[in-house]
Amino acid sequence: MEFSKEKLDKVQEIIARYPEGKGKSALIPVLHLAQDANGGWLSAEVMDYVAGLLQIKPVEVYEVATFYSMYNLKPVGKYLFEVCQTGPCMVRGSDDIIAYIKEKLNIGVGETTADGMFTLKTVECLGACGYAPMMQLGKYYKEHLTREKVDEIIEECRRTAAQNN
Amino acid sequence: MARKVLLDKAHIEGIRYYDTWRKNGGYAAVEKAFKMAPADVVEEVKKSGLRGRGGAGFPTGMKWSFLAKPEGVPRYLVCNADESEPGTFKDRYLMEFLPHLLIEGLIISSFALGSNRTYIYIRGEYAWIVDILEQAIAEANNAGFLGKNILGSGFDCQIYVQRGAGAYICGEETALIESLEGKRGNPRIKPPFPAIKGLWDCPTVVNNVETLAAVVPIINMGGEEYAKIGVGKSTGTKLISACGNINKPGVYEIDMTQSVEEFIFSDEYCGGIANGKRLKACIPGGSSVPILPANLLLKTAKGEQRLMTYESLADGGFATGSMMGSGGFIVLDEDQCVVRHTLSLARFYRHESCGQCSPCREGTGWMEKVLTKLEYGKGALSDIDLLWDIQRKIEGNTICPLGDAAAWPVAAAIRHFRDEFEWHVNNPEEAQKRNFGLAHYADPLEVAVG
Repeated sequence: MEFSKEKLDKVQEIIARYPEGKGKSALIPVLHLAQDANGGWLSAEVMDYVAGLLQIKPVEVYEVATFYSMYNLKPVGKYLFEVCQTGPCMVRGSDDIIAYIKEKLNIGVGETTADGMFTLKTVECLGACGYAPMMQLGKYYKEHLTREKVDEIIEECRRTAAQNN
Repeated sequence: MARKVLLDKAHIEGIRYYDTWRKNGGYAAVEKAFKMAPADVVEEVKKSGLRGRGGAGFPTGMKWSFLAKPEGVPRYLVCNADESEPGTFKDRYLMEFLPHLLIEGLIISSFALGSNRTYIYIRGEYAWIVDILEQAIAEANNAGFLGKNILGSGFDCQIYVQRGAGAYICGEETALIESLEGKRGNPRIKPPFPAIKGLWDCPTVVNNVETLAAVVPIINMGGEEYAKIGVGKSTGTKLISACGNINKPGVYEIDMTQSVEEFIFSDEYCGGIANGKRLKACIPGGSSVPILPANLLLKTAKGEQRLMTYESLADGGFATGSMMGSGGFIVLDEDQCVVRHTLSLARFYRHESCGQCSPCREGTGWMEKVLTKLEYGKGALSDIDLLWDIQRKIEGNTICPLGDAAAWPVAAAIRHFRDEFEWHVNNPEEAQKRNFGLAHYADPLEVAVG
């Protein structure tokens, strides 16, 4: 994987946010860019590429990529359902939502559907406790989840994917 | 109606954008502050009695006055927008709906502290809010409130938004600084404090979003006026994010004159317990503060009405009180199982422990395991004592407060709801039959009992 010209410009813009010589601070934002460019996950090859871009050692990238929960270290489906399961969501029924998604998509937590469309992941508190239960889908939150709403979201993903094909 | 100084304009359509914000009195505080000396701005914040709104409640003006000012060394202000404490979603609300309030507060605070590069470190999951903040920053730049020589003062300032990538620990200020330097979020040993040696080893102040937003009304009305709002040392207003089994979850601004009872049951706030249930317990300040049963929540051990103030919520210490914390107000109804809820929080802290200190790394895992055993009816009475023992060995024995944050909820649950733990031991079949908890484990007991 290599960044497009546009992404390379973005990397330079990010590095310019820090004082001279502090370019390593760009690592976390640049890893987000890399993950987006690589279908939602970070391979060793991608991490090495980022190390080269920022002129740091590959191990400095690995140690960061393995620390933060938003970086996926194995491939994920086209749509990643990240369902919150922490206390405030739990008391509003997140267990039931997780169980329903598992049943509906016939996958376990951490698994991807056979068609590569959906991955289910459970996550810890995303700061949407008042709008629980909830999940993150791409850049946005889906809140006040019910079984019906989950059905709609899955349908919408399938529709969008079909249109883009 | 309670006095509002943060969310008073939240209902105005288009308030997210500069023009509307400006028309409604926005950036007047910046104009006022830039006519003052930086030290006088710090003085106003001191007079206001403002306390850190992230959870610790440390006086902001005092924190600012600790900032070292060696010649020729840059100083930094970092806004902590890593809001990750379960139950807390107030900063998100502020940034999403009133981004210019935060930017205005940041400009004034940067001026007061002499920070030419100011960073907003925002949790990675709030991805769409990054766009909102960056647009507000661009608008402020265009209007001349950021950039070079702001309002002809000779002061330069730029604000940058840095996205995290999913780590509760980065809400701890030294972990946040590490993360901002492009590293794992491992907290640093203090001292040295960030005020002396922080970001890139330079003097740094890290403040919460709500704290920095509050600087705007403080400058507008003056520190003394601001201090008149509230009760005693709980000055000003506080945002409370209310969630759990209530009718009206959401973000509320209180002027700290309300009682807990009023906050939970009045229609102006939580609107009572959902589905006609009864109130069982509440975690009033984010998941790490002690849970209180209904009786101790509404009245202190002395029989006085408990108020939504720093002091009153803490009345009785940890034996019979709790904390204001971050203002993450989690309400549990009569159907909720305290053991199960505590297990959920224990899993959270195990997941979020950075792994540097053994008591936290090992202890949080052990607490989750023992709690899983108990919740699923496989525990013994001695496990309750074991759990107590583990949390005691974590508390106070770690570099950062995550260890305490993990220990307190477990300690308080046992302290106030020991009978419920014992019920799980004495009624193992019923406990298992309820099939509560952790839907994602194929077999939760496999995890706990191996």
